[in-house]
Amino acid sequence: MMTCRELIEFLLDYHEQRLPDSQRTEFEKHLVDCPCCKHYLDSYRETVHTAQSVCRGQHEPPADMPEQLVQAILAARNQ
Amino acid sequence: MTAALSPRQPRTYAVAMTTRDASTPPTIAPAEADLVARLRAGDERAYETLVREQGPRMLAVARRMLRQEDDALDALQDAFVSAFRSIDRFEGNSALMKLRRQQRDPKRSIDDMLPRYIEDGHMDRPVPAWSLTAEQLLSRKESRELVRRSIDELPDDYREVLLLRDIEQLDTAETAEALGIRSGAVKTRLHRARQALRAVLDPHMRQEAI
Repeated sequence: MMTCRELIEFLLDYHEQRLPDSQRTEFEKHLVDCPCCKHYLDSYRETVHTAQSVCRGQHEPPADMPEQLVQAILAARNQ
Repeated sequence: MTAALSPRQPRTYAVAMTTRDASTPPTIAPAEADLVARLRAGDERAYETLVREQGPRMLAVARRMLRQEDDALDALQDAFVSAFRSIDRFEGNSALMKLRRQQRDPKRSIDDMLPRYIEDGHMDRPVPAWSLTAEQLLSRKESRELVRRSIDELPDDYREVLLLRDIEQLDTAETAEALGIRSGAVKTRLHRARQALRAVLDPHMRQEAI
């Protein structure tokens, strides 16, 4: 029987669907019996989603490069 | 014995300069192949095209990673100049942007933010379900600020892995190359960074108001 500690160790691979079949079966068996780990997994996924939602809106690529920067880069090439 | 990196020592790391996003494979499109040929032939307009096409995304990455606007602009300029100098090796999707920044002293140890276990390997306390979703939390401006601040306050080694893997969508190998660390370290740091961020969000996600 997988412990909570082992499940948390495997969490990243499970989240990325990289856990081998035998370990995945054990992992999911533990989740059925352990609401704490089920809640932890759900909140881990929500954390990743939250970080992505916040950061992706924070520094969207500007439509254009600042012209001064473009010219500085091109000028630096010729130095 | 490996010398520990001083927290104050400037760190250099690299980010792939690439035209792909999460929805496209890392291949060179015909237009890019044409651009690469023109770059290698010394076509001035091709250099300008490269800067204007690749620059915005790289600038966004630099701003996210470096915090200070001047540092981001310097990093971008250095990256292009470096790419221009090795243009004969430039393959259209694989130049590197080196970002220099000062390491900060972490406000809190990452170990304090990880789960604790009792002797038999089970959690030392109950883990309640979250009552809010990401969308509900982020509907409030102050909550978005909280998440940004929480990410910003992660120890640098963990913050940069989280940003490169989860936000920039680099894979493990690309992140390892960018940071000059092993793939195993990328996985460990990513997992710990997510757990630490989860620990910070936990009290806010378990109640209706923050």
